[in-house]
Amino acid sequence: MSDTATKGDAKRGKVRAPHVTHEDKEFWAATAQGRLLIKHCEDCGKPHHYPRALCPYCFSERTRFEEASGNGVIYTYSVQRRGAEEPYAIAYVTLDEGVTMLTNLVDCDFDALAIGQKVRVSFVDTGEGNALPMFTPA
Amino acid sequence: MSIKGKAYIAGIYEHPTRLALGKTASQLHAEVAKGALDDAGLTKDDVDAYFCDGDAPGLGPLDMIEYLGLNNVRHMDSTETGGSSYVAHVNHAAQAIAAGHCKVALITLAGRPAANAKEGVRMRYGSAYPPPAANFENPFRPTIVNMYAMCAMRHMHEYGTTSEQLAWIKVAASHHAQHNPHALLRDVVTVEEVVASPMIADPLHRLDCCVITDGGGAIVVVAPEVMRSLKRPPVKVLGAAEAPKHLMAGQPDLTFSGARWSGQRAFEEAGVKPADIKYASIYDSFTITVLETIEDLGFCAKGDGGKFVADGNLISGVGKLPFNTDGGGLCNNHPANRGGMTKVLEATRQVRGEAHPAVQVPDCDLALAHGTGGLLGARMGSVTLILGRDA
Repeated sequence: MSDTATKGDAKRGKVRAPHVTHEDKEFWAATAQGRLLIKHCEDCGKPHHYPRALCPYCFSERTRFEEASGNGVIYTYSVQRRGAEEPYAIAYVTLDEGVTMLTNLVDCDFDALAIGQKVRVSFVDTGEGNALPMFTPA
Repeated sequence: MSIKGKAYIAGIYEHPTRLALGKTASQLHAEVAKGALDDAGLTKDDVDAYFCDGDAPGLGPLDMIEYLGLNNVRHMDSTETGGSSYVAHVNHAAQAIAAGHCKVALITLAGRPAANAKEGVRMRYGSAYPPPAANFENPFRPTIVNMYAMCAMRHMHEYGTTSEQLAWIKVAASHHAQHNPHALLRDVVTVEEVVASPMIADPLHRLDCCVITDGGGAIVVVAPEVMRSLKRPPVKVLGAAEAPKHLMAGQPDLTFSGARWSGQRAFEEAGVKPADIKYASIYDSFTITVLETIEDLGFCAKGDGGKFVADGNLISGVGKLPFNTDGGGLCNNHPANRGGMTKVLEATRQVRGEAHPAVQVPDCDLALAHGTGGLLGARMGSVTLILGRDA
């Protein structure tokens, strides 16, 4: 688990924990073990993100989580320079499994980030029993 | 059934305030309603249809119809597609009129985000249920600016668009705003000043962002027989279309907007082409919003937006596509953080020939108004409206 943010950070509001729901509790439980899960449909075979109970491609109710490799590339990003205590990088990262997710880029030189750059998942503890899947240059 | 020629914009009003301390949001709704009905030459007793969005006080039409004292309403609509809602409301009003459900539709928008911020009033938006994407977005601290900035970053990557080209959009808006006495920002700015303004979220600078203002606006849409009884110049609804765009279950493309779809269908309904349009109101929450929308509406090829907007091509009297001659959201007004209303208002002024003389497009018999709601970098609503004159 990454040490880029601590439970203290979570209490100070730097790390926002999810409000876990029936639909995503399996996803968030896995993050506590450092595993990134992506929803797949057992009928049409397609992966999707964010995870839904019913497949957004075919409406099948037979969807299940599978562990992702944690590798991806930056589709796009932006460094928020104002309106925050410290700058942070938000990004869409396209996973090797073919789905793109909103995330943060951490443990990196913000000025050296680039679209297409390879990144790897790095979990940041929320202090509430789960962790946020963020990414760092591979 | 087409709405082409079935309805007219008979009355408009833009609230002059930009900071509404001492006024409630409901009061602002009433002030703009009164203004638009006065402009049309109608009274509130003539109103038989009412439209507002999900941002209106209380339970939308139910509370507002009571507050406004509208006693003859038989059609109501609270379509909520963010800042594009009011462009959609014009479309829906025209549809309802064409179907014979009503003859005089009143659309209002009002809000006071700037005053609320000064008074420490917290606003709650939308449903009591959180958006289904919330757990997979909010922890990563999306802001309105960085969600648009990521679109600009990707557009730059794919097409070589530059910050200087984006800056030309703000420059053009500022050239227009200098003539609008109500505009929040009336100083003409240069490309150099835009790119030298503080970076908010890469690659968007402060001057790539719209203003935050209070106020609002209203539109009265009427049936042809009502229009014929009124004295104002008729502004005919020729076509309109709507399109949602979203992240496609994890397959986003942030280089285009829903305008690609809404624009094409609106042009088809109106029977005109992008090259025929003499004036365009383009939603301008950020410079990148304008750039992608101009491409998607077909004013230039995809990826050529940067070259198209440069060198004053959006400035009235200078370039090929005069846009946002009121100064737009970038300089004039972005009431309640929802700019679709003012887009329709300025397009109506242009078709009437009532824009400021310094920015009025000569013989402006065909205009477009485009609204963008939600987030260009996530899920959004695009609505395109085409307006013209009686032949």
